[in-house]
Amino acid sequence: MKTVVCVEQVPDTETRVRIAASGTAISEADVQSWIPSPYDEFAIEEALRIREAKGGEVVLVTVGPERAQAALRTGLAMGADSAVHVKDAALETADPLGIARALAAAIRTLGAVDLVLCGQQGVGGDHSQVPGMLAELLDLPQVTVAVKIAIGEGEAAVEREIEGARESWTTSLPAVISAQKGLNEPRYASLKGIMAAKKKPLQVLDLKALGLDPGAVAAGARVVRLELPPPRPPVRMVEGDPATQAKELVRLLHEEAKVI
Amino acid sequence: MALILTFAEARDGRLRRASLEVVSEARRLAGALGATVETVVVGAGVTALAGELAAQGADRVRVFDDAALAAYATEVYARALAQAMAAARPQVVLLPFTAMGKDLAPRVAARTGAGLASDCVALEVKDGRLVARRPVYAGKAVTSVEWSGEPRMATLRPNVFALGPQDASRPVEVVPGAVDATARARVVRTTATAQGRVPLSEAQIIVSGGRGLKGPENFHLVESLAEALGGAVGASRAVVDAGWVDHQLQVGQTGRTVSPSLYVAVGISGAIQHLAGMSSSRCVVAINKDPDAPIFKVADYGVLGDLFEVLPQLTEAAKAHRAARG
Repeated sequence: MKTVVCVEQVPDTETRVRIAASGTAISEADVQSWIPSPYDEFAIEEALRIREAKGGEVVLVTVGPERAQAALRTGLAMGADSAVHVKDAALETADPLGIARALAAAIRTLGAVDLVLCGQQGVGGDHSQVPGMLAELLDLPQVTVAVKIAIGEGEAAVEREIEGARESWTTSLPAVISAQKGLNEPRYASLKGIMAAKKKPLQVLDLKALGLDPGAVAAGARVVRLELPPPRPPVRMVEGDPATQAKELVRLLHEEAKVI
Repeated sequence: MALILTFAEARDGRLRRASLEVVSEARRLAGALGATVETVVVGAGVTALAGELAAQGADRVRVFDDAALAAYATEVYARALAQAMAAARPQVVLLPFTAMGKDLAPRVAARTGAGLASDCVALEVKDGRLVARRPVYAGKAVTSVEWSGEPRMATLRPNVFALGPQDASRPVEVVPGAVDATARARVVRTTATAQGRVPLSEAQIIVSGGRGLKGPENFHLVESLAEALGGAVGASRAVVDAGWVDHQLQVGQTGRTVSPSLYVAVGISGAIQHLAGMSSSRCVVAINKDPDAPIFKVADYGVLGDLFEVLPQLTEAAKAHRAARG
């Protein structure tokens, strides 16, 4: 089994977001730490488990600036075999379709692939678009938001969550599957893994090397403004003993807020 | 004449409320853009739903109605929607950001080359241009998005767009369509996981519990209050990671982003990644014993106290309120 895992580097989820001077992006200077998107870690873990059960290799692919290489090193330290870093100034303002086109082109350079895994969403941009786009661009079937994956012979059984229900899917392989929380518990990289990761192959490619024109990754849907949400009004404390607080709160929710 | 195309999700022969919200928003935008509204619905027996879609604002309903289309399959539904887009040549394409819409829209966007804005919470027309507002970083910031070309695709967050009045007298034009139903990935079984429970993303009222509950054995206090209020149950990441409740209940940046009309945070201090996932709720109540808990900064009403004393009282008061209103 050759599994490709798409990884995105994102600000740590505890990051306090500040707006950059451009008014269209977050201020990276205020980001204290960058991590692989948590959903991508589920995808990496699943790929490693599949390799442990079936043999084969795990290749990581990311699109991002120089700093994104750290996310690949994290995945290599967890146990992935090699990595591809697509880096090009034209990708810095790409929308998810541009990113998906770059990822698809990078994956095509890897020869025959049995499975492509992604996180179900990149934490931050919160688009949830790349897995489905990648499947379409690579002409593969897709199952998104997976909480269980069982690999069979040339096919996979996948469970995914929908509103109030769980769907069981079967898909032929190769396929694109996106990982949801609950799929597994990602391992931590060992010190040995971290040392080994430094020597694993990591290939850097730009758009030209992928045969892509900057126009192919130009944003169709572009951010024209980024702002902080409006502040909420100050809290009103409900006073009294618990019984009084309870009655007063119910009255306020009914009469004032009109939500019950 | 400009055209807005919407995709309506039908499951088990019924339209999801989110599908109607999308039609309703399309109708509102149609006024500003001078457009007509066409709605695509795919499934078995879905022709019967055309009237309801028309009443909500669709001028034309394109139905892919076939027993072979009963179960959702990404490739098949994507083919149908792309086919409808090729035939109708819309300027704008809107889908609900439901599990189905979230799975379907990116595939169709890649196929048609359309720019896609997901999980939008507002759409407006400024000087003839469409602008979408969508939260990022689970609500820590909000972006305004515009498109460079057409069609402009967007998915709309359920429970946020108002449902306009229905007009059963609106005429409806039904256009039948047919699509190849072969797919490499298919649903073989659907199992209800939360029978009778409202999904978090669609709940109007959510009661969430955190570490202040001290242990999973006390989580029933949250469930009782949710039941008394007729709402859904949520949880903080801390208690999900501790294994008290299923991860499906997690609200926050690595869980679900919710915007109910009422959000009650019980024993949740308010880690930044949790606040991100719920601070767009219309009314927030925080119950906590720590006066410095960050959750009070986003709350409209605060109850400072011991949740083990407050919750049973609140559940009783909510039950009494419900009983009094019949």
